[in-house]
Amino acid sequence: MYQTKYHRPASIDDAVAALAAAEDGKFLSGGQTLLATMKQRLAAPTDLVDLRGIPGMSGITVDADGVTIGAATIHADVAASPEVAAAIPALAALASHIGDPAVRHMGTIGGSLANNDPAADYPAAVLGLNGTVITNQREIPAEEYFVGLFTTALEEGEIIKAVRFPRPKRAAYQKFAQPASRFALVGVLVAETDDGVRVAITGAGSDGVFRAGAFEAALNGDFSAGALDSASVDADDLMNDIHATPEYRAHLARVLAQRAVKAAG
Amino acid sequence: MTKVSMKVNGKAVSRDVPDNTLLVEFLREQLRLTGTHVGCDTSQCGACTVHVNGRAIKSCTQLAVSLEGAEVTTIEGIANDGELHPMQVAFNDHHGLQCGFCTPGMIMAGIDMVNRYQAQGKDLTEEAIRFELEGNLCRCTGYHNIVKAIDDAAGKMTGMARAAE
Repeated sequence: MYQTKYHRPASIDDAVAALAAAEDGKFLSGGQTLLATMKQRLAAPTDLVDLRGIPGMSGITVDADGVTIGAATIHADVAASPEVAAAIPALAALASHIGDPAVRHMGTIGGSLANNDPAADYPAAVLGLNGTVITNQREIPAEEYFVGLFTTALEEGEIIKAVRFPRPKRAAYQKFAQPASRFALVGVLVAETDDGVRVAITGAGSDGVFRAGAFEAALNGDFSAGALDSASVDADDLMNDIHATPEYRAHLARVLAQRAVKAAG
Repeated sequence: MTKVSMKVNGKAVSRDVPDNTLLVEFLREQLRLTGTHVGCDTSQCGACTVHVNGRAIKSCTQLAVSLEGAEVTTIEGIANDGELHPMQVAFNDHHGLQCGFCTPGMIMAGIDMVNRYQAQGKDLTEEAIRFELEGNLCRCTGYHNIVKAIDDAAGKMTGMARAAE
């Protein structure tokens, strides 16, 4: 890892100022991707601005409307929260299968969403559950937040403070994990919401997480696994790499969506 | 350079280190606690697992300077007055190691999972142990005895907690 300067601001304003003053700074949260990337010298920020020391950045609140999770909340706390498990069981279950136990003790929801890895789990939760990303500047609906591979609507100096998930009527997440990394080879979140069924797919899309319109249309007519027998996602829009062809990913997407429908009950 | 102070195995330590110093480098090179191993150095193998504020983390993927005031426990800190921790005894009894390189991380991960499952009142089944070992690799592939050792130690650690009450 190249040399870098570490900052631990005590407020959002100080964090924004520290980043603005840096030549090529980056915000740091759990560091489970950023530090690994820096060790490989694929990233070399001159400054790291650690957001975890800012009061109010972590914690979980559950009310009648849904679940709000502070950006610096670690995956293990979301996974182990009885309140989250009661309100949105699919969300707790998703968090419990991110990476491995040690990674879940450091990695944070805000860090995962800011990085927007195309195979990460949380993007499927935010898009599938119609979540809202709350920053120091505004509230960003899921539909506008995910822009592309490792690209989000966040502006320079914009910091995720929390993420809000409305309660679905029912939802489930199913992942086919890449065995070495535990990232999603394909992950599918199916949710029945007040505004209809939403299906978000991660790990597969050439532009990152996306909604499967054909699956949603089929499930809006009939919320059953069988309704997806003749529905498909277009393989032309999916990633191709050494782990899986686009056609295989398209196949997994339907199978996992069917399993998610069954799991949602 | 930044001055960082933490408590390692119950002892207060303080050092001036470059900001890019990883926790595992701090432990091994500054404190000479070489029981914590660097295996893959890409946060996949878990040989560097230590406890920070009671939770297992990969010490190769955290900056030492970000852990100001933290309580860190390494493999050197779990025996009590020369008496091995039940997890260490169980790895010995069940031959839960072959070359031994991954063992410190396995033991720290094992203690962490037992503590978590007992705190949450969940049953640490063999399947659960294997799931919880997701982030710890043994290239001798000696997983079977590692799982047996953790299962055995889990029973003894319950006894420990009861005795302490």
